[in-house]
Parts: sequence; C-alpha cells; structure tokens
Amino acid sequence: MNIIVCIKQVPNTTDVRIDPVTNTLIRDGVESVINPFDAYAIEEAVRIKERCSGGKVTVITMGPPQAENALREAISLGCDEGILISDRKFAGSDTWATSYTLSAAIRKIGDYDVILCGKQASDGDTAQVGPGISAHLDIPQVTYVKKIAEISAEKAKVERMTEEGYDVVETPLPCLFTVVKEINTPRMPSLKGMMRAKSAKPLKWTADDLEADASALGLDGSPTRVVKIFTPEPRKGGEMLKGGAEDISKELAELLKDVVI
Amino acid sequence: MDYFITEQQTMIRDLARKIAQEKIKPVAAHYDETEEFAWPIMKILADSDMFGVYLPEAYGGLGGGIMDMCLVTEELSRACGGIALGYGGTGLGALPILLHGSDEQKKKYLPDIAKGKRLAAFCLTEAEAGSDAGSIKTTARKEGDKYILNGTKQWITNAGEAEIYTVIALTDKSKGVRGASAFIVEKGTKGMEFGKKEKKMGIRASATREVIFTDCEVPAANLISREGMGFIVALKTLDTSRPGVAAQAVGIAQGALDCALEYSRTRVQFGQPISSFQAVQHMLADMGTQIEAARALTYSVARMVDAGVKSVSKESAMAKLFASDTAMKVTTDAVQIMGGYGYMRDYPVEKFMRDAKITQIYEGTNQIQRNVIASHMIKETLKK
Repeated sequence: MNIIVCIKQVPNTTDVRIDPVTNTLIRDGVESVINPFDAYAIEEAVRIKERCSGGKVTVITMGPPQAENALREAISLGCDEGILISDRKFAGSDTWATSYTLSAAIRKIGDYDVILCGKQASDGDTAQVGPGISAHLDIPQVTYVKKIAEISAEKAKVERMTEEGYDVVETPLPCLFTVVKEINTPRMPSLKGMMRAKSAKPLKWTADDLEADASALGLDGSPTRVVKIFTPEPRKGGEMLKGGAEDISKELAELLKDVVI
Repeated sequence: MDYFITEQQTMIRDLARKIAQEKIKPVAAHYDETEEFAWPIMKILADSDMFGVYLPEAYGGLGGGIMDMCLVTEELSRACGGIALGYGGTGLGALPILLHGSDEQKKKYLPDIAKGKRLAAFCLTEAEAGSDAGSIKTTARKEGDKYILNGTKQWITNAGEAEIYTVIALTDKSKGVRGASAFIVEKGTKGMEFGKKEKKMGIRASATREVIFTDCEVPAANLISREGMGFIVALKTLDTSRPGVAAQAVGIAQGALDCALEYSRTRVQFGQPISSFQAVQHMLADMGTQIEAARALTYSVARMVDAGVKSVSKESAMAKLFASDTAMKVTTDAVQIMGGYGYMRDYPVEKFMRDAKITQIYEGTNQIQRNVIASHMIKETLKK
C-alpha cells in the first residue's frame, strides 16, 4: 500500500497578524509547525502502512525552503520519504493553484493507492486543497473521514463525519481522504525516527521538475483575490423581556412587526 | 544552566520532556491515586526508544550512556517520580547484564529491553538484608546444568510487571558475601512467584512486590559472570545506577519548584502576588540554587561513569545523597510556599514531597551513602 500525505507548514499561533496592504498573513518571526490537522493524516498514513504490512509513506509539502523541517518531522513520525515542492514561481498560490501544483507532483510520484490530507489548514481554514487535488487527479475523494474501517488493495470502507452522525462510504482506490481529529491520536516521535529524519534528504522539486502549465502556477494561476479581511462583529446577546405572559406576548408581537424576515 | 550536552542528548531530553509534560503530567494524579502500573506510558516510552538510550547500538540501543539515562529519568520524574521508576527500575535490572553479562546474555536480553518490549528488575534486598546487604539468605544450589533458587526478595521495584529479573543469591553460604552470585531469571520460570503489591507512601505508580523463589530452576547459562561474583556485580551495578536515583531526585525537586514558582506568581495576598514578598523570594532562590547544584553534581558523576572511570563509588554516593536530600528539602518548601493548597491532594506538590522521601532511602540509605563517602575519604588520606 503506497500512501501520499500532503502537509502544510503553518504559523504556530492563533494570534496571527494580517498585512494590511496585501491582506495575507505575516509569517515573519512566527515559529512554523505542521498544520495540526495534517498530524492526524500523517499518523493515519503510518497506521495504514503498519496495518497492510508494507508499502511506503511519502510526505509532500509545497512551501518555502524551510518547509523541509516539516518533512523531517513527518519522517520522525514514521513517514519514509519526503518531497519538498518549492519554487518562487509558486509564490502567491491560492487553493486552486496549490492543489493543481500538488496534483502535478503526485502524478510525477505516480504509484499510489491512498492520498491523505488534513481536513483543512489552521491558517487559511479553506478545506479546499484536499478536494482540489482529487479533482485535478480525477480520483474519488471522501472528506472529514473519522475512521478507515476497512482497506484492501482495491477498495476502502470509511466513516465520514457529518453534523448529525456519520456516513459509511465505500470507495475504490486510489482515493483521496481528508481526515478529522477524531480519527486517531498521533504518536510521539521516536528517537530512531528523529535520527533518521536528521540524516534524511528530502527530494526537492521545482516548477521545471513538474509537468505543469506555467500559467496555472503561483499568483498568476490563482483566480482568488482577497479583497478584504475583517473581523466579524461579535454576536450581540438576546434581549430579555420582563413581565407577565400577556404583556410579554404583546411586546414580542410589536417587536416582530419591525423585523423583516 | 548550560551543561553543553550533545546534540543527540538534547534531542533525547527534549523528547523525554515532551512525553513527560504532555502524556505523564495529566495522568500522574490518577496513577498516584489508583496505584495502577502505568502500562500506557511504558508503551509510549518504548515506542519512542527511551528504554534504549543508554544501551549499545549492537544490542538495539542508541549507544549513549548513563548521562543519557539520567536526562530521561530527570524529565520523567519532573512529571511523576513513580512512573519514572518503571523506566529507572528497568535500567537497574539491565545494568548487571550490560556490565557483567556474556555476549550471549546481552544478545538474548538487551535488545528486548532496549525496545521496551520487556521491563527488568533487580533483586537484592531481603527482609533481613537491607543496608546490611551481605546478610542475604536466598540460595542458589547447583544441580547439573541448573541452579535451584530458594528464598524471598523484598520490596522489588517492577516486580510482577517486569519480565527479566537479575537476582543475587548465595551459591556458597560458607563464604558469606564472597559466596554470592548473580542470575538472570525470566518471569514465568517455575518456582518463581510474586507477593502482594505493597502499599506505599509515595511513588505509588511504581509496582513493589516480593519475589519468592521455591525450588526455582534456572539454567546455568543464566549465571552472570562467575560464581562468587554476585556482590561485585551488585556493587558495580549500584555505583553505576546511583546517578539515576540522583536524576530522579533532581526531577522531583524541579517538578515541585515548577509548581511553587507558578503558584507564587498567581497567588495574591495583601494585594500582591506572594512572589513579591522577600520571604518567598528567598525560599525560591534557595530551591533553585540547590536543584542546580544537585543537577551539576549528578551530571558530573554520570559523565565520570560514561568516561569509564574505574571507581565512582564515592562520587555516585555523593550525587545520590546530595540530590535526594535536596529533593526532600525543596519539595517540603514547595508545600510550604503553597500553604494550605500545597497540603491538599488536589495540587501535585504534596505528591512530589511523598515521592521525594524514597530517594533518601532506596539504593542505599543516605546514612549508608555517608559511610561510603567517609570511608573513601579516609582511605584516600592513607594513600598519601
């Protein structure tokens, strides 16, 4: 079973600042970590490999050169190989361009049965890259997976979390899954894994290494425009009416007259 | 303070700290209360390769030394001295094999210990043989290619949970301590049983039981070194392991100081945090300084051991003595700083205080350590 995990490095804080001019995150001076949701994808990938006794877990990330640290951390947690997809040409990618670029890298890897992603990144919160990759690759996807109940060479049966409960979905492989935190408890790294990670040399692929349409990469290939970012007004508390039942109902009726629904 | 530990040791310490703070700290009170053995934590320590840090690479370890073991023990003890002892006790049980075992014995037992697949225990103490370890009565009678063990070992750390036991028994009663030998006994050997689990004041997450041998047949191949070497094996093991007890004491003290310091900054009396009062500040300063001194001594002795210095008896006794007395003092002061809250079991400092006490007692009481230190000092003057 060959598994690919897509991860992202994100700022290690919820207290991020926004550049008022570009409306993007200011990443300078903020420690970077593996996106918390991706940690569950890494753990699940390693578990599938252990369960199917054999295969390979390849972890990929698109980002600046320092994103290599995230790959090393993933290797210390049990992934076998890392690939860093990094090029100035990718700068400014939105979710469309990012998923297009990652899908081109996955095509280049070629041999895979399962692709795992975290359900979303903690910085952008879009939850679009995972599904985007599956669309670009034209393979099935199941999002919000909370359990991989059965998995064989040809198909998998998974539980997909919904607001009311969960769906049981059977899908042929290869397939892309995005996972939620309910799926597992990520393990601690091992010292031997950390040593392997220290000496590991993740592959580095640039735009030239990928078979990709140059106009679909980076800022030029990104249809999204961030027009404005703002903090929504906090919700106001409700208004309490006091008095007897008759008075309250009258008052409520008057108030409702003014509300346009 | 910077002790200039290696890159690998930094990695080991940081991971041990992460496991201690994220996995052990939240469950320390639970295991203290229930007195259960913390198998889920042992599994995490095993999977993270912690059990192998001080074992040679040839036997599946990471090739470090006692210093590496001390770093792990200290960090684990900072969260729970009892759970840390599941780790430390395994080291104590493994050391006789590491220091005096044959290559075959090492190949057979050390890889499983390094992986954390099997825990170990060291069996010396008996009801009538505590500080006076030379008074042990357990015997090992040779019959063909076997030894037949009879006797009862008392207060054995990890007993019942561990699978590999190193046992000191008399092969020749007439020779006294020179008639003692060391054996490896595997759990499940016929004639080996465990007594009831002891109820302790502290380190309650650690399992302590009697180990009872009744015509227990052990293959002759399990004799460590030669007949009559048992006490040398035991003393060398304890000299090597004492920095580990010192590290446990340093960790317990640091854990208590962490709590007291944090509390002193948030506890407001007379309109200000109690950390602004000089009386409290001076206590905190003494605690921090004493811990750092204990840590420096512990690390220095651990490095002496790893450098292969022939006799470390005096120095390892000093480290154990100083660190454990420090732990008792610092944990008592931590309770004092926290006042009534410190005395309540809802807060972790009273547990640190209960856990600290054992470090003054086991692996040689501090009175025995003083005897050892003084006798070495006196001997050294005679050599001049």
